[in-house]
Amino acid sequence: MRTRRDFLKISAVGTGGVALGLSTVKLANASTPGGIFSKKSKKQVVHERFPTYCEVCFWKCAGWTYKDENDKIFKIVGNEDDPHCNGRLCPRGTGGIGMYTDEDRLKKPLIRTGEPGNQSFREASWEEALDLIAENLTRIKKEHGPECVALFSHGTGGKMLAHLLKAYGSPNITAPSFAQCRGPREVAFTATFGEEVMSPERTDIRDTKCLVLIGSHIGENMHNGQIQEMSEAIDKGATIITVDPRFSTAASHSKFWLPIKPATDMALLMAWIHVIIKEELYDKEYIQKYAYGFDQLKAHVKDMTPEWAYGITTIEPEVIRKTAREMGAASPAVIVHPGRHVTWYGDDTQRSRAIAILNALLGSWGRRGGFFNPEAVHLPKYPSPEYPKPQKSWKDAFPGQYNLVNEVLTTGICDATIPNPDLGCNLKAWIIYGTNLLATLPNQKKTIESINSLEFMVVIDTMPMDITGYADVVLPECTYLERYDGIRTSPHREPNIALRMPAAEPKYDSKPNYWIAKELGKRLGLEEYFKWNTFEEKLDWQLKKVGSSLEEMKVLGVKKMSREYDDLYSLNGEDYEFNTNTGKIELYSTELANEGFDPIPKYTHHPEPPQGYYRLNYGRAPMHTFSRTANNPNLTALKKENSVWVNPRVAKIWDLENGQYVWLKNQDGVVSSFPIKVRVTERIRWDSVYMVHGFGHLEKRLSRAYGKGASDSELVTHVMTDPIMGGTGMRGNFVTFIINDPKKEVAS
Amino acid sequence: MKEELIVSGRMNPGIDPYLHIWHWQIPLYLFLGGVAAGLLFFTSLYYILGKEKELPTAVKWANFLAPVALVVGLFALFLDLKHKLFFWQLYTTIRLSSPMSWGAWTLMLITPLAFVWSASYLRELVPSWDWKLKILYDFEKLIIRYRKVIAWMLLLLSIILGIYTGILLSAFNARPLWNTSLLGPLFLTSGLSTGAAIIMWMSKDHAERALFSKIDLILIATELFFIIHLFMGFLASTQVQINAAELFLGGEFTVSFWVFVILLGLVLPAILEILELRGYKVPVAIPAILILFGGLMFRFIMVEAGQITRYLY
Amino acid sequence: MRYAMAIDTKKCVGCGDCVVACQTENNVPIGYCRDWVVENVAGTYPQIELEIRSERCNHCENAPCVRCCPTGASYIVEGGVVLVEPNKCIGCGACIESCPYDARYSHPDGYVDKCTFCFHRVQKGQDPACVSVCPTNCMYFGDLDNPNSDVSKVLATRKFKVLAPEAGTNPKIYYLI
Repeated sequence: MRTRRDFLKISAVGTGGVALGLSTVKLANASTPGGIFSKKSKKQVVHERFPTYCEVCFWKCAGWTYKDENDKIFKIVGNEDDPHCNGRLCPRGTGGIGMYTDEDRLKKPLIRTGEPGNQSFREASWEEALDLIAENLTRIKKEHGPECVALFSHGTGGKMLAHLLKAYGSPNITAPSFAQCRGPREVAFTATFGEEVMSPERTDIRDTKCLVLIGSHIGENMHNGQIQEMSEAIDKGATIITVDPRFSTAASHSKFWLPIKPATDMALLMAWIHVIIKEELYDKEYIQKYAYGFDQLKAHVKDMTPEWAYGITTIEPEVIRKTAREMGAASPAVIVHPGRHVTWYGDDTQRSRAIAILNALLGSWGRRGGFFNPEAVHLPKYPSPEYPKPQKSWKDAFPGQYNLVNEVLTTGICDATIPNPDLGCNLKAWIIYGTNLLATLPNQKKTIESINSLEFMVVIDTMPMDITGYADVVLPECTYLERYDGIRTSPHREPNIALRMPAAEPKYDSKPNYWIAKELGKRLGLEEYFKWNTFEEKLDWQLKKVGSSLEEMKVLGVKKMSREYDDLYSLNGEDYEFNTNTGKIELYSTELANEGFDPIPKYTHHPEPPQGYYRLNYGRAPMHTFSRTANNPNLTALKKENSVWVNPRVAKIWDLENGQYVWLKNQDGVVSSFPIKVRVTERIRWDSVYMVHGFGHLEKRLSRAYGKGASDSELVTHVMTDPIMGGTGMRGNFVTFIINDPKKEVAS
Repeated sequence: MKEELIVSGRMNPGIDPYLHIWHWQIPLYLFLGGVAAGLLFFTSLYYILGKEKELPTAVKWANFLAPVALVVGLFALFLDLKHKLFFWQLYTTIRLSSPMSWGAWTLMLITPLAFVWSASYLRELVPSWDWKLKILYDFEKLIIRYRKVIAWMLLLLSIILGIYTGILLSAFNARPLWNTSLLGPLFLTSGLSTGAAIIMWMSKDHAERALFSKIDLILIATELFFIIHLFMGFLASTQVQINAAELFLGGEFTVSFWVFVILLGLVLPAILEILELRGYKVPVAIPAILILFGGLMFRFIMVEAGQITRYLY
Repeated sequence: MRYAMAIDTKKCVGCGDCVVACQTENNVPIGYCRDWVVENVAGTYPQIELEIRSERCNHCENAPCVRCCPTGASYIVEGGVVLVEPNKCIGCGACIESCPYDARYSHPDGYVDKCTFCFHRVQKGQDPACVSVCPTNCMYFGDLDNPNSDVSKVLATRKFKVLAPEAGTNPKIYYLI
């Protein structure tokens, strides 16, 4: 089908901006010309440091950016007072300097020109680019209404743009982290406990006696604080139980590894609940005082014995009982980890409900070693007028559905963009900030279809990610090391604030997000919402309201404050009113029952791979973040491509050797664009393959990432949508191997 | 199944995927050092034994190649250095624990001596040669007067030079293929054999040629003896040494070693020389070239294969 | 005074933070590394053993690299830390050949380079960069001759091993197993 917009590779851009950029900062690694008989000392002396918090992933660890005596940024080290990292950054944080030095960065605003079939990007000035955006947004507001613009954001800078969009009049602000990631568990835990798990997760791992990881690969997913606490727990002798079809790093540090058959976790969880109720391993007083629906639960799991689960999961009944007893013995200092990326098979909210119920039975919610009560500093908003009330929202495209959803679904936005005769109107413009939608959303075809239905698309990013190829306007943002940003107020054990301060001037012609938001605001007649003159002024105003100041935060970096609301652990016998319909922990969920869903989870069988196909499991590597770091020079030195893990028995059938490159084809006939290296290893089950997410980039301008490894997102075409909250289950895709280059096959 | 892999992407140039720090310069120098050692050994030995008139090539003419070999070898070594401007640091200290330091100083002594020795015979080879300066004529007379002393020094230094090229490698016990004390004598024998081959080739006197043919045969037999014991030692040793030996017994160097070094470089010349001694007409260049070729290939293969062998991964 | 390092393989997750931190702290050129992470897998599914180790120069007590250096550019300082003086190094490569752990490499500027235990930090009383950044806190650094140092305390209570002890170099990186 003829597409309105060609996918443009940014390699077509002129070199003017590049030359300017290259002359500014020379890489710190170039050799210094010394005399013949002596070499200048390579030791860098710390000259200055600036507080910042990391933007590579969402954990936002606070740290210090160090500059040497040549005024060059040379390292980033964690802030010791920060509860997120305790002074130790993860490899992405330490390698964040690569984001700054990367020469493939976006340098100047780009505007699409030309006729379809013959389009390219041309460099433009900020004036021109912002004027064009404002022109289009104004027009859409007049013709269709401001609600027809949506913002996809992932990152701290999205907040200023969200403020702009709300002032403009649109409620459609979404982040992929809900429908593509943690959405199911937030809805499930809210239905059970009345509160979300939150980010960073409120798990008290450092004091736990038993940590159960079911579908969580801590150690490969680099949640900094969680890994640190897991290590502390290991030192204290905690038991770790890992349930995973793959022998993950966490499994290697566990007392029990349950090599479960994929897609059967629900049966195991229900069997555990059965054992814990039957053998009376649950916290009786806790349940008596705080829970509702115990009798219904007990009747429901009566027949869900370990023997029944054995037939489904291949985990032996004795192991199921043993691990359940281990959990019971550790109660209340036990955590059944809710995981984070839980959008797997479409029944994920129910599976997260089972996890929540299990935690409730063990009495770990609100107790030490279980789940603590996090608290965030409440930072007042800078005074601005009230937002206009939107007349319609994305939910209008899904009448009667998703009543339990209080965030915006990305895939809902996509659906609301494709013109549909049943809908009154559809979304006309997208602003995308800091998220590579092609790798983030499953079913790339649908995403591209939505994009082609748009009238206008803006992408704001630091790197020329694959999504930029579809934009009408690309705006280069400077990295987190070159800008101020909103104060970090993440919830944690102790309420704390962290400052991000630039350590260097923005390179090339890049600009910070707040500047972009304010300039657009001026052009859209929304100056009143950006009354501050400089961003520092805004930050100082906010900080003064909580007893600090910009000057103080520049010296401290992180400031902890005292709790105001409730205790860290609050369910030790005191009265407590939960934010649920019954005011108690709902083992039987009245909320779900009201919407017509199962009030207590049931096991459903999910499709298995056909003959010759293997379930596509994907995950993380601790040195990379999503697809964002695939071009970072410091991090590609650690891992430049992903590999597909294949069990030796499978390798024998297919005659695959370690290090061989193969293409992957999925059940819908989609073939990966690039070949992927085979790793023959015992660590993966024979019915699955495993690969790390975030590689296989199509953008040539990403000199280190282009063509390296394969993209798992390309192969996730079958989506199992969660009826409760719209989460996109992505683990129902199966792949097979193509040994010879598929392009050559077609040609011959 | 067992897996051992580096997961942090290490790819240090010259270290990964296997060690390859020393390239052609080192084996070339080892070869030329061996040739020079052989030539200087025989020239000094037969001078001391008073055979100057009977074996003119051995004593007087062949040794002209020695300084040339030494200079080219030293230049190759210089090219191998990665921090060339600092090469003079080698001569600011003597480090007794380092064979390379030994070698640097040995070369420092033997090269001028070789030049001086050859210079003293220069006017016999080229009668029209004129030193021009009186001081050089006086120097020549001095050298000729002390030839015996210099000969003894050359004898000792040439043995050290020949054996040190092997000890240099065998001191690196991190490379299992080199970690054998047989390497020193083996390289010395090989060096003497290449020296003898050159003398045999250059000589115009039948008796001299026959003598050096016989000497060569003894040296080749010794070399074969050493090589057999080398492999026996490897195969009876630890796993890393067995793996090292397997490179030559079915691994990637099997063909090149057994064909180029053993067959062409040792066995075939030995057969040709035996035939010649029995009276058959064999052009003397052929066995000589084969021996030289074998010697060169031997050193190339040893340096390359040795770097591949390792303790870990 | 003998500086040594102990690394707990039961906590290491193989994230590579030690590699990146070393790179930024010591200005190691991209494409080179002074330390690296090795993964060892044994067994058959589902009976599998996994060991992950962070490796670097072992600062051996009987260091062959120091013994074989012809100019004395490789030397041992007070505390047993093996260092390289770039101005004395001729780039001959003998030390690289002599290391059983392949811990050294040829720096693009010509001299030989390797892990220095971040000696410039140790002199100021700080830990090496890799130890100070490790998110699992699995690395310990200190003086073996001081019974109260982190290293001495952890080696007194845990089983440990070294790499390639048969090479006879007396390495000072201990892996807690």
